[in-house]
Amino acid sequence: MTVGLVFDLLLAGTLLWSAWRTLAAPTPERAVILFIVFGLLMALAWARLSAPDIALAEAAIGAGLTGALLLDALGTLRRRAGGGP
Amino acid sequence: MRRGAVGVAALLFAGVLIGALLGLPAPGAGLPPLVTAQMGNSGVTHPVTAVLLNFRGYDTLLEVAVLLVALLGLLAVQRSERAVAPGAAVEPVLQTLARRAAPLMVVVGVYLLWAGASRPGGAFQAAAVLAAGAVLAHLARLLPAWSAPRAWLRTGITGGFLVFLAVAVALLGGGALLQYPPAHAGLLILLIEAGLTVSLALLLAGLFLFLSEEGTRR
Repeated sequence: MTVGLVFDLLLAGTLLWSAWRTLAAPTPERAVILFIVFGLLMALAWARLSAPDIALAEAAIGAGLTGALLLDALGTLRRRAGGGP
Repeated sequence: MRRGAVGVAALLFAGVLIGALLGLPAPGAGLPPLVTAQMGNSGVTHPVTAVLLNFRGYDTLLEVAVLLVALLGLLAVQRSERAVAPGAAVEPVLQTLARRAAPLMVVVGVYLLWAGASRPGGAFQAAAVLAAGAVLAHLARLLPAWSAPRAWLRTGITGGFLVFLAVAVALLGGGALLQYPPAHAGLLILLIEAGLTVSLALLLAGLFLFLSEEGTRR
């Protein structure tokens, strides 16, 4: 029971910390990576709240697909900034 | 000075939100017993799937419509001119990994679709895994980006929504939208979920693959 409580507190703290770091990240690259980390932690949090359906959706859509889209956008932006084709 | 004012305002707003949250009645106290009581009529044994596709099927129908409209909007703003994909070499390790992972992801997707009836899973999760497989294959340059959708792709993308809509219309005679007859509910839900899995997978992958080469030239 106490181990669960410690884990939950740790998870909640890490969630808030990663959310803050995502918003305060100095570069877009770091923000995107931290956003993916935040999504995976969020999925863990949903699993701890015994909502496995939402955890699955969050991991697959929130962290996976959104992260891939953001990374792709980042690559496009970088290519455009680098003088273009 | 301004930062301080914004901070104070944000703190006040957070306080009001917390107050409003604490003032709410105990969450959902009335609904779970109702769902449990009606599980026998739902055609599935997992409460989340029962709510999503039977009791509140209307919400899911509109959700899919919203996703479809999002993709249509993306196709509408897309420029027709296409830049040539940058011919950067892809690491063979990535390609091999994608080749190995893609079949597994298809299996996981079908499993999630089937598992949705009795345990966590369902069309959205299955579709997300399938779409992720397509994105992975694209990133490993095994799957080219999609240009304007041809007939089969259009059918695939809209098919799930149309099946859902057809079931809704066919059942309209019963008096209420999406009120399945309990004897056939399981089969109808499986049919709708299978259609939705294919369509949502193409939709979610499309969000990535239609955009993929866009913007490399302006």
